[in-house]
Amino acid sequence: MFEYILKRFLIMIPTVIIISIISFWVIQLPPGDFVSTYAAQAAQEGEVLDTAELREMREVYGLNDSFFTQYRKWISGIIFRGDFGFSFQWNKKVSDLIMSRMGLTLMVSLTTMLFTYLVSIPIGIYGATHQYSFGDYLTAFIGFIGTATPNFLLAIICMYFAFRYFGSPMMGLFSPEFAHAPWSIAKFFDLMKHMIIPIVVIGTAGTCGLIRVMRGQLLDEIKKQYVITARAKGVGEKTLLYKYPVRASLNPIVSTIGWSLTAIFSGSTITAIVLNLPTQGPLLYGALLSQDMYLAGGLLFILTTLTVIGTLLSDVLLAWLDPRIRLGKDEA
Amino acid sequence: MDTRLEEKVIAGEEKAEPEKNLSKIKQIKKRLSKSMDAKKPDLDESYYMASQWQLMGRRFKKHKLAKYSLIVLGLFYFGALFAGFLAPQGLVSYDAKFTNCPPTKIHFIDDQGKFHLTPFVYAIKSERDPETYRKGFIEDKSKIYPIRFFSRSVEYKFWGLIKTDIHLFNVEDPGKIFLFGTDSMGRDLYSRILHGSRISLSVGFVGVFISLILGIIIGGISGYFGGLTDTVIQRIIEILRSFPTIPLWMALSAAIPPEIPVVHMYFYITIILSFLGWTTLARVVRSKFMSMKEEDYIMAARVAGCSTTRIIASHMVPGFMSYIIINMTLAIPQMIIAETSLSFLGLGIRSPATSWGVLLQEAQQIQNVALYPWLLIPLLFVVVTVLSFNFLGDGLRDAADPYK
Repeated sequence: MFEYILKRFLIMIPTVIIISIISFWVIQLPPGDFVSTYAAQAAQEGEVLDTAELREMREVYGLNDSFFTQYRKWISGIIFRGDFGFSFQWNKKVSDLIMSRMGLTLMVSLTTMLFTYLVSIPIGIYGATHQYSFGDYLTAFIGFIGTATPNFLLAIICMYFAFRYFGSPMMGLFSPEFAHAPWSIAKFFDLMKHMIIPIVVIGTAGTCGLIRVMRGQLLDEIKKQYVITARAKGVGEKTLLYKYPVRASLNPIVSTIGWSLTAIFSGSTITAIVLNLPTQGPLLYGALLSQDMYLAGGLLFILTTLTVIGTLLSDVLLAWLDPRIRLGKDEA
Repeated sequence: MDTRLEEKVIAGEEKAEPEKNLSKIKQIKKRLSKSMDAKKPDLDESYYMASQWQLMGRRFKKHKLAKYSLIVLGLFYFGALFAGFLAPQGLVSYDAKFTNCPPTKIHFIDDQGKFHLTPFVYAIKSERDPETYRKGFIEDKSKIYPIRFFSRSVEYKFWGLIKTDIHLFNVEDPGKIFLFGTDSMGRDLYSRILHGSRISLSVGFVGVFISLILGIIIGGISGYFGGLTDTVIQRIIEILRSFPTIPLWMALSAAIPPEIPVVHMYFYITIILSFLGWTTLARVVRSKFMSMKEEDYIMAARVAGCSTTRIIASHMVPGFMSYIIINMTLAIPQMIIAETSLSFLGLGIRSPATSWGVLLQEAQQIQNVALYPWLLIPLLFVVVTVLSFNFLGDGLRDAADPYK
């Protein structure tokens, strides 16, 4: 088991390196560099910088170096000093900005994930055990609509109804009176109230997909010989269902935890922009609109690395759940 | 299977003792064919002679939801092709007097209860709400403007070739017809949805086409050669897939310089969407290549001296074409959603070009939606299109499955 985890961890290292290169490439992608952006900003404020000054600035920041020299500086800053560069839009260190948003981002994402699994697995089991019943068709229908509606549209609709019937669009994660208040029970309940719409909006697409996977897997599993054998031996229906087929059909769901994390990060970005949540979404959006590329690249890098870590965890979890996988891997 | 077997046995008996059992055999045959008819009504000779594609066509027609989806999509694409003709207003036409005007009602019966053969609209009068001073619109029932079909108004170029100014319908000046209302600049939403559908509906096709080419080439190489090549390509696909799609798309499209021409912008967006889209198709192609490589008929072709290109092009590709088509059908709506999301955020298609996402930008402010709910109409088009593509893909999948 330990060997397996170590192997998976070692594979992760080149993956993260390539991800960081792609993220840095994205930083470099826009025409012009941040000195020209800075000059444009200065010009807007009526201050004109001459070319000598700009050249000097480029020299200081090493912008005339080759791509890989710049990349080396950037990545060594991250690894050795936790320094992601400087945000010109906020006049702050990128790492501080990311840290201030990451807590709530992770909280929203993980709660959504929990919601997704808590809802989809029972419904999937119901769908498989009551195949072609009314409830099965109903969930299939809702599932179709859920996957077809883009996240942000769902967010607008939810906001519209919240505005219509509760008088508040339920934007943000806190009511104004709690936004800067210290943590208390009232603030926690306020947060919970505001989490409902984001969680439902971000989680719907994933939930609908998982219901279909769970239902399909369980249907395949129920038809297998060992289920018939167990039933013939007189094992009770409930014990039979939950002890064997359900556990076996959970495997593909566990193995896609990493992917669903990607989907949640992706969905939460746009939902957070629409709902104005204090998570990474609006931060990234603002950074991109004002070409604050160190911030954008840093966020992209962190988000993707988190997904890779999520995939690693799901692989480990899967190996722990299903011995076939870790034994199979050891042979190869 | 059983019934056919029985038939053969009966046929054998028929030869051996023709006179004795003839009437009995006929009875049995009749009964058999009846029961077969009841089970599968179209199991006649043409069923066994039909090609794989014809069989798929038959099964597809039975999938009602998929059939209707195809019709709906056909209508939408027809609308996009003839947008200039079907829309009464041009893409950029506006009327500052009629901003945020609600959808115009079409009437057949007027105030006096008189029936008109051609539908008509009332004049629109702007009025301020006495309490909130907000501008609103009401119908002025004293003036009637009948709808004129094939009338002349804004000039446009039909498919960029023929200059004309004939539109399907419009009303005479100074009457106004806004089927879906207007936006904050007084532009007719119905016309803009039609014009916007050109980009929204084609972006999926172009994007999937680019993804398909990349997917077949890279997935094919990966699956056919296997070994180290396969491992490297699979690692790259895994890395690309671990990027959260929307943040990466946003970052890439933010890098597009804002002042480039619309056509370039369109192609940049489709390339960005395909940048991640090809990975799914490449995986499908690879897995199909892997399983097909082992098939006997591929081995036979190789023994017979076929070249690699020939084996791939004429023996393997037809074998998994149906899977590719299904996957493409399911990938198109994802691209449409992606384009809509990007344009909605102002990072995709930018004005003066219009797509459904651009139209939804005004719905970003919840106050706008609450006051002018018709701004959400483009959303309906997005959802219906995406649902239809999903149903169509499902229908095709069922039709292509030989075990059903």
